[in-house]
Amino acid sequence: MNLKPETLSTIENLIPRYPQKRSALMMVLHEVQADQGHISNEAVEWVARKLDLQPINVLEVVTFFPSYRQEKLGRSWVRLCRTLSCGLMGAYTTGEVLEKELGCKMGHTTEDGSITLEYSECLAACGTGPVALVDEDLFENLTPDKLGPVIAEIKNRAAGGVPSPTKG
Amino acid sequence: MPVTETRLLLKYADEPDYTPGIDSYLMVGGYEMLKKAVGMKPEEIRNEVKGSGLRGRGGAGFPCGVKWDLVDRKSGKPIYLICNCDESEPGTFKDRQLVHKDPHQLIEGMMISAFANDVKLAFIYIREEMPKGAKILSAAIDEARARGFVGANICGSSYSCELIVHRGAGAYICGEETGLIESLEGKRAYPRIKPPYFPAVLGLYNCPTIVNNVETLCNIVHILRMGVVEYNKIGRPNNTGTRLWCVSGHVQRPGYFEVAGITMGQLLYDLCGGPRPGRKFKAIVPGGGSMKILRYDEKFKGKKPNGEAYEYGVDDIPLDFDGVAAAGSMSGSGGMMVMDDSVDILEALANLTQFYAHESCGQCTPCREGSQWARKITARMCTGNGQPGDLDTLYDMAGNIGGRTVCPMGFSTTWPVQSYIDKFREEIVAKARENRCGMPREARLIQK
Repeated sequence: MNLKPETLSTIENLIPRYPQKRSALMMVLHEVQADQGHISNEAVEWVARKLDLQPINVLEVVTFFPSYRQEKLGRSWVRLCRTLSCGLMGAYTTGEVLEKELGCKMGHTTEDGSITLEYSECLAACGTGPVALVDEDLFENLTPDKLGPVIAEIKNRAAGGVPSPTKG
Repeated sequence: MPVTETRLLLKYADEPDYTPGIDSYLMVGGYEMLKKAVGMKPEEIRNEVKGSGLRGRGGAGFPCGVKWDLVDRKSGKPIYLICNCDESEPGTFKDRQLVHKDPHQLIEGMMISAFANDVKLAFIYIREEMPKGAKILSAAIDEARARGFVGANICGSSYSCELIVHRGAGAYICGEETGLIESLEGKRAYPRIKPPYFPAVLGLYNCPTIVNNVETLCNIVHILRMGVVEYNKIGRPNNTGTRLWCVSGHVQRPGYFEVAGITMGQLLYDLCGGPRPGRKFKAIVPGGGSMKILRYDEKFKGKKPNGEAYEYGVDDIPLDFDGVAAAGSMSGSGGMMVMDDSVDILEALANLTQFYAHESCGQCTPCREGSQWARKITARMCTGNGQPGDLDTLYDMAGNIGGRTVCPMGFSTTWPVQSYIDKFREEIVAKARENRCGMPREARLIQK
């Protein structure tokens, strides 16, 4: 496991916060995924040793929660909400435009590993739907006619550019 | 006279110069109630909260004071406090505002609640999809710790309490308190069975645990500030305080509104600007995706205090726990989704059944299998492959989920399915038939 030194020190600080080591599991997995882009079998075993667990205890959590990924995510991870409020405002049409403009099918990662595009369930920003979470940033009011800026930003990040600040 | 908002929790949140930083909060009198609280007896605070009648804002509306009363204080085990910020109910985005815009109000509410219940370690469980919120909270906790509002010797007293931000990982079921607790213990979020696992007795690490919603905990600050008598003047008896309503879908001005003592019509027209031009309201989901749908042209029967019966419509429903319950639904988490006459109600149902099929945790067979049945049947009806009897199968199946599972999420599949069919049966049948016999239209609200 080649985790960055800062990831390791964050993990070391996370564990003693909890009365029981196992409670740190989800937070440790977030750190590992942020560092590696996914959670590999090697990472599962490493985390298990770190928290005095069996690998299966870690794996069953990884496979239960939708945010943990066993396959590498794209450099830019785009999650477009499809649940009712966003759906009513045209999320599926937005999804079609994004697929076309980004050259990536829903539920897939581009071959060059630059973009992961997915539908997600409710992102809790229903009043400004359709919304999408691009990495850590929320983009709102993504009606099909207003996608220029978000597409440009996703392409910027996919190319390894510095994320532009957003208000989300 | 158009109604206005009654902003208590969101009083400063949208002010132009107000930031999530501690200086903004201190400027408007922040943490004064925590200072006052640590000088009180814990049971005095608990009595205040009980006297306020504050009802939980997460969905069920269970009185907060009663929840606190149920805590086992004699076990000798530590008591934990968890703030449920896993806001995932479709249509709800109120906790997002409170956390992103005024995090210190939540921290103060939590620390007062922690002191009142002799809690030494508290958690904020925030959903993974709010990464910014988690960062804002962590930064705010560091600020508060530096000023002595969190950590050792709070406000110079002998009381100490730590506060930890814990992130979820995209599972709706963690909004259910025992699922949340399992997840916080580092396990799959399979809800626990009650009895015996009432969190107040056997919660986190099998210790007494309080799980409260973000909005509920923010209210604690205001109950202490205003006192029970003043606080109880807001809203109606048994529905005290303000409510944060999140309106989404087909209104002119969707958004979040903090109100008290108004009707659904006042919210929809005065605050949200009514339907879009040329459109009419068709249906309202009042309190988040799980709650029963209301037809906009529906009529309800009420009784005046003198016993005289009268009829009222959706616009007249009082916007609080009891008002919406009297109309046969629930105010839930305050996530109101509005649909106008452009909506195909069958597709709307198919959209929601897809949500619940995705979010069923899989522990109980009726919910795991039933939610998939609901998704498949509604989807095939949308795409021209409906079968005769589909609707009856769906209705019957849905009735066998709710109440037959470990957690209340079974009802989240049951209620939409049954209420949509109860209220729009003819339209659903006609749509399914049309899709089957004519050229099936392209479904717009489900994933193909």
